Amino acid sequence: MKDFQLMKQGAEARLYSGTYLGKPTVVKERFVKKYRHKHLDDVLTKERIKAETRAVVRCKAVGINTPVLYLVDFDRRMIFMEQFVHSITLKDFIESNETDVLCNLALIIGKIIGKMHEGNVVHGDLTSSNILLVNLHNRDIFSNIEDLKIVLIDFGLAHTDCSAEDKGVDLYVLERALISTHAVADKIFPKIMEGYVKHYKNGSKEVVCKYEEVRARGRKRTMVG
Amino acid sequence: MVIAIGFEGSANKLGVGIVKDSVVLANPRITYITPPGEGFMPKETAQHHRQHVLSVLKKALSEAKIQTKDIDVVCYTKGPGMGAPLATVAIVARTVAQLWNKPILGVNHCIGHIEMGRLITGAKNPTVLYVSGGNTQIIAYARKRYRIFGETIDIAVGNCLDRFARVLKISNDPSPGYNIEQLAKKGEKYVPLPYCVKGMDVSFSGILSYMEDRTDNLLKEGYTPEDLCFSLQETIFAMLVETTERALAHCNSSEVLIVGGVGCNLRLQEMMSVMCEERGAKLFATDERFCIDNGVMIAHAGAEMFRSGTIMKWEDSTVTQRYRTDEVETTWRDD
Repeated sequence: MKDFQLMKQGAEARLYSGTYLGKPTVVKERFVKKYRHKHLDDVLTKERIKAETRAVVRCKAVGINTPVLYLVDFDRRMIFMEQFVHSITLKDFIESNETDVLCNLALIIGKIIGKMHEGNVVHGDLTSSNILLVNLHNRDIFSNIEDLKIVLIDFGLAHTDCSAEDKGVDLYVLERALISTHAVADKIFPKIMEGYVKHYKNGSKEVVCKYEEVRARGRKRTMVG
Repeated sequence: MVIAIGFEGSANKLGVGIVKDSVVLANPRITYITPPGEGFMPKETAQHHRQHVLSVLKKALSEAKIQTKDIDVVCYTKGPGMGAPLATVAIVARTVAQLWNKPILGVNHCIGHIEMGRLITGAKNPTVLYVSGGNTQIIAYARKRYRIFGETIDIAVGNCLDRFARVLKISNDPSPGYNIEQLAKKGEKYVPLPYCVKGMDVSFSGILSYMEDRTDNLLKEGYTPEDLCFSLQETIFAMLVETTERALAHCNSSEVLIVGGVGCNLRLQEMMSVMCEERGAKLFATDERFCIDNGVMIAHAGAEMFRSGTIMKWEDSTVTQRYRTDEVETTWRDD
């Protein structure tokens, strides 16, 4: 771990950047969370490292861009993975681009999520921070969608072999994350759904049904106290 | 100078509070307590409120040492909450407002908690964890609204605790959550329970069913009621702290505010403060006077609305059981 620099402290883990086997690498360390009971912490950490690894492998198989995993180390609670040096988060991209550009991008994102769900992977924490836009020509320019590839990251809450309801919740989580963060969410999210339905022909009908159901649960629940 | 009186009775607490320019003048409260093993039902709760509302009101006025003519605005909880108790208290608020010839304002209960918490703790722009018997939400302010980042997708955390207390026949006096907290302090053995976090959302119904189904067996296996209370708290609070941390990281925020009845649980506050320390954030929390439903939170939020020019027509002074936090435009915040 020497020569690795702390990049940031996310919600779940510390991220370090450095070089591993000659490649730019991110190390995600799920450090011990002192606030929670040790047994719970151990179990959750192990589960999530497994979930992340499994989901990434499955995503690769169905053609979704995710970071390549280099090393998974249970004892040190670390995953070594590919670093995208020339990338920005969808969150930053949304704040610095016009609505029509975003709508085009949203269609593509919808398609990718559809593809992922078709491959029976649920991300579990879809937010605009967990979607990266990577420049294909190793430059820090993000103005042209054609030059960007979309990469999904942070699969700690993912699971594979999931129901239509899980997929519905996945979409609901994304919708809510967008609404709470971005003023243009009401323009973008319908486009994501459009791309989703268009790509995921065989299953999206059921998923969208479940999504509406989950949404109604939140909206219509009687709240007391 | 604004003097506001607030009526709160959305659940089993009945409170009347009076504030003068953000200074609390009076905040009496009375709680409807049911026997062990039972929850509170709308009809009986409303009855309780009807029985006591005038004496609580009198108490508030005499503690505050003000004349009714000095009051600028009458505020009441519009929702969310239980229909019958809400309606009972709203009728009283409407009546006194007309008797005293004052304007009336309906306040969102959740907003009341948030504004009260900000007032008491001095938190500027916190990520808010709002946890009570009927609500579990992770909220952050953006663009003139309190936006809901995460919430329970089924029952509230307090509801989960209350109903677990019924399984163990734990007393509801002063509150089931308080008694669980005291028992949990003596718990030692941790029982692994379902842990359910979906993004920034949480779910408690599965844990409750698990407990309801297995409590008898666990007790036979040698776990004590204290162990079960301990394990339940450790599990559900870890879920709350984790999702709050997610919201915190997503918003780049450095303040956390805990409000709502469950928010006075010291173990929850302790876990949250450890998390905050780990990432250089600051925790703000209040005690039972202000965490638990009370009249002042409605009076203060109402006073803020009044100051920023909000007016409510008489025909709009209704109640509603469903009233989302993000439906309210925060006219009093400019940031």
